Amino acid sequence: MTPNLHTLHIKQIAITLAGETLLAMHRDIAPGEVLTVMGPSGSGKSTLLAYLAGFLSPAFQSQGEVYLGDKRLDTLPAEQRGIGLLFQDPMLFPHLSVGGNLRFGLPRRTNDKTQQVAKALEQVGLSGFEARDPATLSGGQQARVALMRLLLSQPRAVLLDEPFSKLDTALRQEMRTLVFGQLRAAGLPALLVTHDEADANAAGGPIIALG
Amino acid sequence: MSVLVLPLAAGLLMVILPAFGYLPALGGETFNVDAWQALWQRPGLHRSILLSYASGLITTLVALSIVVLFLAASQGTWVDRSIRRLVSPLLAIPHAAVAFGLAFLIAPSGLLVRWISPGLTGWERPPDVLIVNDPLGLALMAGLVLKEVPFLLLMCLAALPQLGAEKRVTLARSLGYSASIAWLKSVLPVLYPLIRLPVYAVIAYATSVVDMAMILGPTLPPTLSVSILSWFNDPDLERRYMASAGAVLQLGVTLAALLTWWLGEQCVKRFSQGWLVNGARNTGALAVAISGRVLLATTTLLAISAIGGLVIFSLAGFWRFPDALPSTFTLDHWQRILPSVATPLLNTLSVGLAATLMAAVLVVATLENAVRHHLPVSRSQWLLYLPLIVPQVAFLFGLVVAAESINVRPQLALVIAAHLLFVAPYLYLSLSEAYRRLDPRWVQVAHSLGVGPWRAFWRVRLPLLLAPLLTACAVSLAVSIGQYLPTLLLGGGRVPTITTEAVAMASGGNRRLIAVLALIQALLPFIGFSLALLIPRLVWAKRRQMRGAA
Repeated sequence: MTPNLHTLHIKQIAITLAGETLLAMHRDIAPGEVLTVMGPSGSGKSTLLAYLAGFLSPAFQSQGEVYLGDKRLDTLPAEQRGIGLLFQDPMLFPHLSVGGNLRFGLPRRTNDKTQQVAKALEQVGLSGFEARDPATLSGGQQARVALMRLLLSQPRAVLLDEPFSKLDTALRQEMRTLVFGQLRAAGLPALLVTHDEADANAAGGPIIALG
Repeated sequence: MSVLVLPLAAGLLMVILPAFGYLPALGGETFNVDAWQALWQRPGLHRSILLSYASGLITTLVALSIVVLFLAASQGTWVDRSIRRLVSPLLAIPHAAVAFGLAFLIAPSGLLVRWISPGLTGWERPPDVLIVNDPLGLALMAGLVLKEVPFLLLMCLAALPQLGAEKRVTLARSLGYSASIAWLKSVLPVLYPLIRLPVYAVIAYATSVVDMAMILGPTLPPTLSVSILSWFNDPDLERRYMASAGAVLQLGVTLAALLTWWLGEQCVKRFSQGWLVNGARNTGALAVAISGRVLLATTTLLAISAIGGLVIFSLAGFWRFPDALPSTFTLDHWQRILPSVATPLLNTLSVGLAATLMAAVLVVATLENAVRHHLPVSRSQWLLYLPLIVPQVAFLFGLVVAAESINVRPQLALVIAAHLLFVAPYLYLSLSEAYRRLDPRWVQVAHSLGVGPWRAFWRVRLPLLLAPLLTACAVSLAVSIGQYLPTLLLGGGRVPTITTEAVAMASGGNRRLIAVLALIQALLPFIGFSLALLIPRLVWAKRRQMRGAA
C-alpha cells in the first residue's frame, strides 16, 4: 500500500431534516488520527456517517464541504470518494468465498491479486482461508477479513460505525488493537462513531460529543 | 410500470366505442344503441349476468372464509407448516388443469362415484344427473374455490410477517383468549386491509373467468364471459357490436360485484366492532379450530385427488364402470398425443419465457430505480393491479381491435405482449418485498470499496437476490402458461398453446387425451418451480448463508 497521506477536512457541515438542524461540525482529521464521535442513539451519528460516505437519503438537506487534501468529496458519488466503511456487522458477501470478498475490495487493475489476497490473510493469521465460505468463520475471523477487505481497497479515509459493538468482550480489545494499529500504520484519517467509552480510549484520538 | 396501463386503456376504449355502434373497420360510423337492444333480447341474458355476479361473490366469500378459518385454527402447528409448503405448488397448477381434474373427479362417471359404487349407491351405470356444467354453476364455483384458496393463502402468508402476528396472539392469549379467537380478534382486522387488493382481484377474476367456465360452468345459458367469447368469434361480424356491448356489461357486472363486496366490508367493519371488544374469549373457538382445519384439508385433498385423477385417466386402458381403477394401464394416450403437442409446447414455452424475461427486466429496472433514488413504496400499486382487476374479457377484445386499427394482425408477438400485461404484476408482487428488504448496507459496502452502481448491481444485488428472483420468474412463467383468453384472442387462434389446445378439447370429451394435455399443462409450471428451488441450491452449494436466505 502506497501511503499518499491526506487530511480529511470537514468544513462547516450542517445536516437538516425538515428545517431542523440535526448536527453541525467543523473539523480536520489528520492522517493516522482517529476522531471519535460519541452520542446516544438518535443523536445523528449514523446520519453523519451516511453523509460523509455518500449515502444520505434525499429527505435530508446538507450544507458545507468535505475535502480530502485538496480534493472535494461531497460532490462525488459514494464509489469515487475513496472512503472505506466498517459496520457493526462484518458484512462479508455471503455469495463469495473469503478470497472472493478480498478480491472484491481490490481495485480492478491490480496485477498480483492472488498474492495480495494471500498476504492480507496472512497478516491477520488466516493463511489459506481463501476458499472458505464466510459463513463458516467465527465472528472474530469475519471481522478480520472485513478489515483486510477494507484496506485492500486502498481507501484514503475510513469511517467506523460501532465496529466492535457486536463482538465478545474478550475479542473486542484484540480487534480494537488490530484495527487502530492497521489504520495508523496505513496513515489513514478515520472517524469512529460509538457509544462505548472504551472504544474512544483505545482509539486514542480527540473525542467530540453529539446531541 | 405505467406502460401496463396504456394497452388497458386502449383496449377499454376500443370496446366501449363499438358497443355504441362505432367501428369504422366494419362500417360503423355513427353512434347508436342497436348493439344493446340486440344484447337485451338474448335469451337467458339475465341468468348469465346473475350467474357471473353470484359465482364471483360466493367463490370469493367461501375461499376467503376457508383461508381465514384455517389461519386462525392452526398457527404454528405442523399442519400449518406442511400446508405452507404445499401452497406454492398448488398455486402453480393452471386453472384449466384444476378444472379438468375436478370435472373428472365429480362427474357422474368420475372417480368419486366409481369409488362409492356400487357399494354405497347400488349404481351399475353412471347416474343420469348433471353434476359438471350444472345450471347453478356449483361445479364452477368449486373449481374456482380450489384455485383461489392457495392464492389468498399465499397473499396472507406474505402479508403476515409485517404484522407481528405472533406477538399480538401471545398478548391476547395472556389476557385469556383462546388461540383461534385471539387471532380473529387481534390479527385479522389488521391483516384484511393488506390483502384487500388480492381479494378484489379474486372477485374480478371469478366474475369473468372464461376457461374454467367453459370446462365446469353451465351451458344453457353459459356465464356472461363465455357468451361474449362466442359472440366475438361468431362468423357474422355484426355480432362484434353485441360482443362489445357484452364486454362493457361484463365490466359493469364485475364493478357491481366489487361494489357489493365493498358494501359488505363496510357492514362487517361496523357490526364487528362490538364483537371485537365484547370480551368473549372462547365462544366459537372449537368450531373455528375444527372447521378451519377440515375445510382446508378438504380443499387440499380435492386438489390433490383432482391431479391424481388426471394421472389415472391419462394412463387408463379398459375401464368398466363402476370399477374404482382401470383394469389395464397403458401409455397409448401419451404416445398418441405427444407428436401433435410439439408445436403448442414450443409456443407455450417461447411465449412464457419471452414474457417472463421482459417482465423481469422491466420489474427489476423499476425496483432498482426506486431503491437507488430512495423512492417510497408508491401508491401506484393500484395501477399495477389494474390488469388483474379489470376483467380480461372486457378489454382484450378492444386490444385486438386497437391493434388491428394500426394494422397489427394477431400473432405471436402480440400474444407475448398481452401475457406481459398479466405476468408483470405478479412478478412485481412476488419480487418487490425481497428487493426492498435486502439490507442496503450490502450495496453501501460495495460502493465504499470503490465499486460503482452497475457493478454493485451485477455482482452484489443480483446474486444476493438470485433465489427470490428465480421464484418470481417461476410464478410469472406459471401465470403465462395458464393464460387462455389472451393467447386465444391476441394470437387470432393461430398460436396454439397447451392451454388453448386443452380447453378446445373440453367439448370433445375424450377424457384420456384431455387428461394427458392437462397434465402436461400442470407439469410445466412445476418444472419451473423446481428449477427455481434447485438452481440456487446448486449455485450456492458451498455458501451456507445463501441457502437459508431464500
